[in-house]
Order: sequence, then structure tokens, then C-alpha cells
Amino acid sequence: MSGAEFVPLSLTPMLIGVLSAIACALPGNFLLLRKQALIGDAISHVVLPGIVTAFLLTGVVAALPMMIGAAGAAVVAVVMIEAVRRLGNIEPGAAMGLTFTTLFAGGVLLLEQSDTSGVHLDVEHALYGNLESLIWLDATGWGSLLDASALLGLPPELGRVAIALIGVAVFLWLFWRPLVLSTFDENFARTMGAPTTVLGIALVLVSALAAVAAFDAVGSIIVIAMFICPPAAARLMTNRLEHQIAWSVAFATLSAVLGYVLAGYAPLWFGFEYAVSAAGMIATVSGLILAAAAFCGPCRLRSGASTVSF
Amino acid sequence: MLLDALTLQLGYNATLVTVGAALLGVASGVTGTFLYLRKRALVSDAISHATLPGVGLAFIVMVLLGGDGRSLPVLLLGAAMSSWVGLLCVNLLSQRTRLSEDAAIGAVLSVFFGFGIVLLTVIQTMGSGRAAGLESFLLGATAGMLFNDAMVIAIGGALTLLAVVILRRPMTLLAFDPEYAAARGLNVQRMDLAIMALAMAVTVIGLKIVGLILIVAMLIIPPVTARFWTDRTDHMTLIAGVAGGAAAWIGASLSAIAPALPTGPIIVLVSFALFALSLLLAPNRGLLAVGLRHNRFQRRVHLRQGLLALAQGQPIYEAYTLRILRRAGLAHADGVPTDTGRARAAKALLDEKRWETVRQDQAFESAAALYDGLRDIETVLTADQIAEIDHRIGGPKEVTP
Repeated sequence: MSGAEFVPLSLTPMLIGVLSAIACALPGNFLLLRKQALIGDAISHVVLPGIVTAFLLTGVVAALPMMIGAAGAAVVAVVMIEAVRRLGNIEPGAAMGLTFTTLFAGGVLLLEQSDTSGVHLDVEHALYGNLESLIWLDATGWGSLLDASALLGLPPELGRVAIALIGVAVFLWLFWRPLVLSTFDENFARTMGAPTTVLGIALVLVSALAAVAAFDAVGSIIVIAMFICPPAAARLMTNRLEHQIAWSVAFATLSAVLGYVLAGYAPLWFGFEYAVSAAGMIATVSGLILAAAAFCGPCRLRSGASTVSF
Repeated sequence: MLLDALTLQLGYNATLVTVGAALLGVASGVTGTFLYLRKRALVSDAISHATLPGVGLAFIVMVLLGGDGRSLPVLLLGAAMSSWVGLLCVNLLSQRTRLSEDAAIGAVLSVFFGFGIVLLTVIQTMGSGRAAGLESFLLGATAGMLFNDAMVIAIGGALTLLAVVILRRPMTLLAFDPEYAAARGLNVQRMDLAIMALAMAVTVIGLKIVGLILIVAMLIIPPVTARFWTDRTDHMTLIAGVAGGAAAWIGASLSAIAPALPTGPIIVLVSFALFALSLLLAPNRGLLAVGLRHNRFQRRVHLRQGLLALAQGQPIYEAYTLRILRRAGLAHADGVPTDTGRARAAKALLDEKRWETVRQDQAFESAAALYDGLRDIETVLTADQIAEIDHRIGGPKEVTP
């Protein structure tokens, strides 16, 4: 394929997909180890009421208010889960299920009740995202990467996702030691003086940031899949956290690239005229990678796992 | 208008949908109770998202066979099959690999859902807008439902409810003590799968009404609501069933009179309202009851400590203690006891001394275990025993210089 076709139409969506996948997979590693994997699921559900509320308050579909709204909704969700869990003495899974379904239902209701017919805001969009439409119209070929005026025409989502990825990476780099300590042995970390509670909340907030930025570009399916599948597959490959993170980044990249290519080009090879959903295909590929890891990953078994289970 | 809807006066289809939703609500509340007690509430989330590829595949197969692709029973059959595969994947991942169950749930729900979306886009390219109905499985839609579809839902809800009623004994046993259940000869793994199969049935039947994203709420919220009202399983299943049924009934009625209100979200929000009410008002476990109990306890502690301070002539610095004493007419604002206050204080001090003796004596061991600094000694010991203790303490004696 020529650069003149690839660069404007496929380079930016692919790049955005890769960056969002990595931004979600990085904190996903820690959430997985802390048995909070479903936080990503909960966050991506409550993003919808967040952006709808932001739209109703500001009246415009703009990135910044919507991201603030989504982040606010994520915080509300986390607080609500904790409140239900503590006040009602409810087990965490049920508290989470109760919270995100209620908030999501509220979001759908708000959306249906308000007049959003004139703007591009609907439930399907929130779920699938619009990865395919994030094209770079100003580009004419590979040479455009060096052309300042063409670079100005890059889709703004690319910048936001990149910033989110950098933010996540910097957070992990800065707080690596206390984060690792508190993930593996919270009591020991507390004894050593690490602020474990604050770290836990900060991790969730950083995950929310990644989720919201990625959600804006690629929809919530990828967000949930990328929070869980690459880290889970990586967990089956190695026993070392550093290696696990490297594996998860590799898997996330592979899922995004392969998923995008399969969605965009594979149907054409089989004689179909149209492409299929890239977001869905990326999630599917990440699932296939996880399945492969579950069947032949070197560290797939629990050490000393019992074969009896209830 | 709402009354008409609630009393099923809105025509045949609306009535069928409402009744079907209510039956489904009862069945999901009861099933959800066992999921909740088994601490596997979120598995239902994986099940419900895993229905989407099945719906898509069923549609594609029907179209390839030359059909219309909209036959609800076939779509639901496809949904059931793929959610069963999803459930097996959750079990495989969480039992055969080191991944925990929540990671397995998340992986399955996102991957199956993603694949379902891929299939939906495939369907969109297959023909001229024939897939228009399939998006309704995401959020549910009862408007314009066909009579046959409503019938499928009503019958399905009733059958699921019947299955739950038949299986409730072994499921209760399993929820509380899986090891004992296994020792009794119950096939634990098969029973677990049976609970999951019921959850799956509820999910699949609810797809058309509530939609696959929110159906999990019908399995989670009613049991959580019921948990506030009782500590007994049988009561909890009943209450969860009633709460689920009521939420579905009210929600379906509300959305029948206002077409802009989508059924699924309304049912979920009504369900949540019931939960919020229970959280606040339930006896014993509700926030209000807990708050009142705490207040009452605090007052008793302050009163007791205040009386002891009065008896020993110590000043009372704590404003709250003084306020309680004053309100009970036991002390003046400056902390000087009234006559009643003096009498009560003397009694409190005497009781404290009596308790001290009781707690030193092995013979009163079981009575001493009840000491908490607040209990009146008369409620624990007989008059004879108290007289004996008073005898040991001895009366006031004259002090001779």
C-alpha cells in the first residue's frame, strides 16, 4: 500500500489505537494484581453519564468539558462504590455492579430525555467509538510527517491520548517503588511509611484519566478490553512485574495494530465491500492473545494450585 | 395514566410486557440472591455481555438460510449458547489459570462484547438495514414489541421462576456451606452451573426488555436491597423477588405511558430507588436505624459516666454530658446535682461497687460476663443475690477520729 493512502487514512487511527491501548494496559497491570480489574469496567460505564451531564451543563460537544465531566463521573462512581460497600456492608462486586448499572442507566435516561438530536452523542458512539473516522486529511504521504502545516491538521484526539499516556507513564515511574510495594504487600508498605490508601486512590484516578482520554477516541469496549486482556495475558507469561508490563505493552500494541488491520482490510480480502468495527476487532484480537496465553503461557498455572475447586 | 399502566389497562401487548417484566423481575431477584450469597454477582455481567455474539451469529445464520433474521426465539437461543460459552470461558480462566475471577470476568465480557460489535457491523453490511432491530438488544426496547415476542418473555419468566422454586433448597445449602453441601452428596460444580444457568436464562429473557448492558442490575440490585431487611435466606429470596418484581412492574408501566423513557434504564433506576430507600430506612441495618442506635448508646454512656462523676463530686467538663443530665432533671446548668440527681448518682455508684464485687467472684462468672458499664444490675441478679453482695460490701460506718 502506498504512503499516500496509508498515512492520511490509517496511520493516525492506528497510532491512536496503539497509544490508547498502552495507556489503559499500563495501569491495568496494577489493577489486575490488586484484584481491582473490574474498576476499568465500572469507569468505562460511568463515563457516559459524565459526558452527558457535561454536555447538558455546557451545551456544546467539546473535548475539555466532556473529559472533566467523565473524570468527575469516575470519581463519583468510586466514591459511591466505597459508600455502598461500607455503609451497607455489601460485598465489593455487588457494590460495583449496583453503582455502574445505576449510573449508566441514569446516563442513558438523560441522553434520551435531553435534546441531543443535533449533536453527535449517542450510546452506540460511546460504546464503539469512532476510531475509523480519526483520519488525517492534511497528509499526502510519508513526507507530511515533516510538514509543519500538515501536522497542525492532526486529529486532536491523538494529542490527548498521547498526553494521557505520558501522564500514566510518569505516574508509574515516579511512584514505582511504593506502588509495587503496596500492590504486593499492603501491610508491609504501610509499615514502611508508604501512603497506601492515597496511592490506591491515585491509581484509580490515573486509570480514570487513561480511560477517559481513550474513551474519547476509541469508545468504551477497547478501554475495558485493554485494561484487562493485555495485562492478564502478560501475567500468564512471566513472574516478574517489569517483564509483565513489557509483555502487556507488547500485547496491547499487537492487538491495536492487528485488530485495526483485520477490521479495515481483512473484509476486503474476503470480498466484502465494507470494513467492520475496528474497536470490536481490537478487543477480539486481545481476547485471542489472552486465549493463546492461557493455553501455552509459561506461567499460566497458580503455583501450588489445587485441582479441587468449589 | 400511570394508574392505568400499573393496573394493566393499556392494551394487550403493554399488559403482556408488564406481566412478563414483572415475572422476569421476580425470577431475577430470587436467582440473584443465590449469586450474591455465592459472592459471584459480577459473573452475571460477563454472561450478559457474552450474549451479543450469539445474537449476531443467530441473525447471520437465519439470513444465510434465507430467513428474515428477526425470530426472537432463535435470537435468544443464539444468545443463550454464546453466553454459555462465555461462562465456560470465565470458569476455565479462573480455575485452570492463575488469573482471578474478576480478571476472567472482565476479559470475557470485553472480548465477547467486542466480537459481538464486529458481528453487528458485519450484519450492517450484509443487507439493506435489516439489522435495525439488533441494536435494541443493547438497551432493550419494548415499544412496538410483537405479541409473540411478549409471549416468549412472559412464558420464559414464568419457567425460570418455576426452576428457581424447585432448586431453592440445594442452592441455599450451597450458598452457605459448599463443603457441607459436598459432604451431603450434592454435586457442587453442577449446582454452581445450575445457578449460572438460571442467571443466564434471566439474562437471555431480559435482553429484549432491559438490554444486555443493564440486565445485570436486575440480578444484583434486588438481592442487595433485600439484604438490608433480613438475615434469613428464605426471607431474603422472597424480599428480593418482590423488590425485583415491583421494580420491573413499575418500570415497565412508566415506560409504557412515556415512549421516550427507555424500559431498561427506568427499571434499573426504580430498582435503585428501592435500594436507596432500604439503605436509609431498613430496620436494624438501615442508616437511620444505625444512627439512632448509636445515639441512644452514646446517651446512655454519657448519662452513666455523668452520674458516676456527680456521685464522686468530680466536675463535669463534657458539655454533652451536662446537657443530658440537665435535660433529665438530674443536674443544674452549673453542674450541681438536683435531689433526684443525687439519688440516681448514689445508686449508680452503689451499682458500680456491686458489679465490682460480682466480677471478682467466680460464682457470678456468667453474670459478670454481662457487665458493660451500662446494664442495671437488677436485670441480671435476683434481689437475694444483690442483698448478699450488699452484705459483703457492708453498710456505711461511722468514722472515729
